[in-house]
Amino acid sequence: MTITVKFFASLREQLEKSEVKLDSVNALTVAQVWTQACDEVPLPSHVLMAVNMAYVDQHTVVQDGDEVAFFPPVTGG
Amino acid sequence: MFNPNTLSPAKTLTLPIDAATTLATARVLIIGVGGLGCAVAHDLALAGVGCLVLVDFDTVDLSNLQRQLLHDVSQIGQPKVLSAQRALQQLAPTVNILPIAQHLTEKELLEEVAAADVVLDCSDNFATRFMLNAACVQQRTPLISGASIEFGGQVASFALNTADAPCYHCLYPDEAEEAATTCTQNGVLAPLVGIIGSLQATEAVKVLLNIGTPLYARLLLFDALTARWRVVNLVKDPACPVCQHTGTNSPF
Ligand SMILES: [Zn+2]
Repeated sequence: MTITVKFFASLREQLEKSEVKLDSVNALTVAQVWTQACDEVPLPSHVLMAVNMAYVDQHTVVQDGDEVAFFPPVTGG
Repeated sequence: MFNPNTLSPAKTLTLPIDAATTLATARVLIIGVGGLGCAVAHDLALAGVGCLVLVDFDTVDLSNLQRQLLHDVSQIGQPKVLSAQRALQQLAPTVNILPIAQHLTEKELLEEVAAADVVLDCSDNFATRFMLNAACVQQRTPLISGASIEFGGQVASFALNTADAPCYHCLYPDEAEEAATTCTQNGVLAPLVGIIGSLQATEAVKVLLNIGTPLYARLLLFDALTARWRVVNLVKDPACPVCQHTGTNSPF
């Protein structure tokens, strides 16, 4: 299956990539999608995750063709 | 000559009289009077909201001035809420500003949230955001949350006066303290706080007037560097320790 992975805002700047295509024969959770797309960098805390623009947690299993998006936490006022 | 000072709020927005009256009799709680809070208070005062309660224990610092539009050099060292009150009364003399220049205890916060028609979270840390969300869930007061750092901003509204609405804790379930990224240390693009604050103020007016479709159960994300907006749909977390007992199926 093929997953489109997108990184937004400061995550895009830090990782120096905005989009990755992942091919996998195994079922993946969102957390595993992060790890594979980010060369084993651990998933930071508070990162927001969405599959097809719906909010999910890191344990959600993704499907073929899904778009997985990661957004940095923002708390500044 | 066009003189904005001669225009009443009702004229500037061409609101029906009852809508202007609704705003004039509304009481809004604003937590944090930094970049976001200044923009929110500015916009709501000019929109004709009658009473703004401003809460911030901090004082004005020179480094604040490039993004906190109600403060100026003459107010350095003064409590932010008093500096903001002074500026707002020049802009909108009829608005009633209630400044609170201290941390609120949990009991005091609950009282202020209960007295407010809508609450705006303009704070700069998770601890305050979680405490405020819990108070809004408990008092069933709508919450409009905004945040910005560097080149990114987020806005979401929470219909905590209704059953089955997600809360801020459903969005950020991890109670761990965030890595220390603050506007003071990391910086924030100055106009970005105005964009996010004005969005929050727009949401507050919609919620107060019960018009349009607020950002309920939606998170709006703005990336200033790419000028792209994204909307993520939120759902209530059935295991959320803060709001799980507020749904239609739970005894309340
Ligand atoms: Zn919740």
